[in-house]
Amino acid sequence: MNERIKPIVMPKWGLSMSEGKVTGWLKPAGTRVGVGDEIVEVETDKIAGVVEANEAGTLRRVIGTPDTVYPVKALIGVIADDDVPDADIDAYVAEYATHAAGEGEEAEAGPRYEFVDTPAGRLRYAKRGSGEPNVILIHGFGGDLDNWLFNIDALAEAGTVYALDLPGHGQSDKRVKQANLVGLSEAVTGFMDALGIASAHLIGHSMGGAIAARTALDHPDRVNSVTLIGSAGLGEEINSGYTDGFVAATSRRDLKPVLEQLFHDPATVTRQLVDDLLKYKRLDGVDDALRALADALFAGGRQASVLAEALKAADTPVLVVWGESDQVIPAAHATALGDRARAEVIGGAGHMVQMEKAGRVNELVLAHIRA
Amino acid sequence: MARKISYKQAINEALDLEMRRDPTVIVLGEDIVGGAGAPGELDAWGGVLGVTKGLHAKHGNRLMDTPLSESAYIGAAIGAAACGMRPVAELMFLDFMGVCFDQILNQAAKFKYMFGGKAKTPVVIRAMVGAGFRAAAQHSQMLTPMFTHVPGLKVVCPSNAYDAKGLLIQSIRDDDPVIFCEHKALYGSEADVPEESYAIPFGEANVVREGKDVTIVSYGLTVHRALDAAEKLAKSGVQAEVIDLRTLSPIDWDTVIESVENTGRLVVVDEANPRCSIASDVASYVAQNAFGALKAAPQMVTAPHTPVPFSPVLEDLYIPSADAIAAAVNKTTARALAA
Repeated sequence: MNERIKPIVMPKWGLSMSEGKVTGWLKPAGTRVGVGDEIVEVETDKIAGVVEANEAGTLRRVIGTPDTVYPVKALIGVIADDDVPDADIDAYVAEYATHAAGEGEEAEAGPRYEFVDTPAGRLRYAKRGSGEPNVILIHGFGGDLDNWLFNIDALAEAGTVYALDLPGHGQSDKRVKQANLVGLSEAVTGFMDALGIASAHLIGHSMGGAIAARTALDHPDRVNSVTLIGSAGLGEEINSGYTDGFVAATSRRDLKPVLEQLFHDPATVTRQLVDDLLKYKRLDGVDDALRALADALFAGGRQASVLAEALKAADTPVLVVWGESDQVIPAAHATALGDRARAEVIGGAGHMVQMEKAGRVNELVLAHIRA
Repeated sequence: MARKISYKQAINEALDLEMRRDPTVIVLGEDIVGGAGAPGELDAWGGVLGVTKGLHAKHGNRLMDTPLSESAYIGAAIGAAACGMRPVAELMFLDFMGVCFDQILNQAAKFKYMFGGKAKTPVVIRAMVGAGFRAAAQHSQMLTPMFTHVPGLKVVCPSNAYDAKGLLIQSIRDDDPVIFCEHKALYGSEADVPEESYAIPFGEANVVREGKDVTIVSYGLTVHRALDAAEKLAKSGVQAEVIDLRTLSPIDWDTVIESVENTGRLVVVDEANPRCSIASDVASYVAQNAFGALKAAPQMVTAPHTPVPFSPVLEDLYIPSADAIAAAVNKTTARALAA
């Protein structure tokens, strides 16, 4: 097989995704593309997203037809340099179909979600990759480990990646024993203890960023680096319209406009995404957990814990990533650490920058971890 | 952790979880434990179709087999509710409600009102509804409109296992009398259901399919027929939105009106008989409140104005079919095109 020919395949966004619909090509065949360029729009029953180029080259074949559903890993396009002969590409496409079928079965037997008992309760997590270093992904307020579905596989190139559901979130225990930043940080170190993880790179989104920072300050020996994405803990402002709205919403009608504030492109919020979050919010204990956390961490639209000065004085390497049009925590907080940290503000993305600009975020995080 | 369980298991699980959570929850009905003279044996029936099977072993005497006298035990359940318990009474078939109408219509539904809000009556009456079970005219009716008509009663009719669990938990926690209608043809249907407890608020319809051309409103078994019709219609280029009302009292008018304002067309599907039905209620409400949005007259697809036939052939024709729903949708679009 010609190594200069690179496939674009139907991505697998989360464990439950088995197929996706090509909704439209953002680049016509024959266009020159660079790494991270948005190439094709894909929609699943849960979320609408964009597939980005993993390789530079020319988009030589556009195979996925709009409004058509393809299984995960199916070939939907081909990137190659201009001097690769057409005949080679046609041969590659013809051969790919059989190749993909074999791989599909292997993926079926892949890892499922796992659970671990910790002092903070039973926590759900997903694990990808192997070997050192360890990377732990910490979601934000009201989120769950699927907030990392565009990141977890890409980051597993670097080592072993864990994404957990915090107490009160996802499918972890709903009782939050200590509803404050220290309590959540202890949940993360308890998770590390239970799985025998001595130290890890912590990647935190929103409230998860503040948890990562708190953990780095309290246990510098256990934290190799932190990446703060659209992070809490770097300034006082936070959009209480989002946090209060999320806590209060009990119907699809109330929740949808709240969730739309998370994204640069509100169309990302599908009916299924709203339904899944409503199902989570209805579980016994979730409302209490969210209210307790919101009261402790951002009552009245002010963040209770600002860790910027403490982080400046600490030694842990820090990367800060923000979506330029973040409507929950202002992107101006990205520079709160001054020269102390690399700060990247990414255009065309909102609070969920790790989903909306996954390729760029993954690239930044991988470089940071490997540095 | 969510996993697939049946509608019947979801109801059993809701009862089990609420009995564990709240010691005032009790369950009573005919044959719900072991049947007369066979209290609590392992092979006990657990109700006429086995919905409460296994609960007696877990909760003992908080489940009670009653004599074959609906008026007596429904009255007892309502009295117990007025005195601080949260009883769940199983009435087998909603058709049997006739003999205890006074307890339900004149007592349970009126206590809160007539005692100036000082009394509450947190009773749930579970009963099977609907045709398709070859159980003839006295065990197959969809009497949901009769209870929806009465102020003071709440009426719930889930279409799937997820909703059945969350709505039954909400029914038990609610302080008003709830008529909980279980469609017997759905008992075996499965859905992803969390192991944990959760409550689905009343008065929140579920948009089970989105579409821009026509709004199909239904509840219970016929939600699935409406979805089948929407699938057929999609092949001819008609995008139907399907709304599952889930609770008939209270009812989520906002979701229905918003949808009709987008689509301009309404088809209401109701397994009840057509006169004074949920279908006629929704059609008239939309006509009155969203007349300007309508591009065609609202259509109703219901059972005919007859008892449920015992002949299997006729019974199958009795329940609104996907073809009948699709035909009604085509009527709304054809009229718009002719205009």
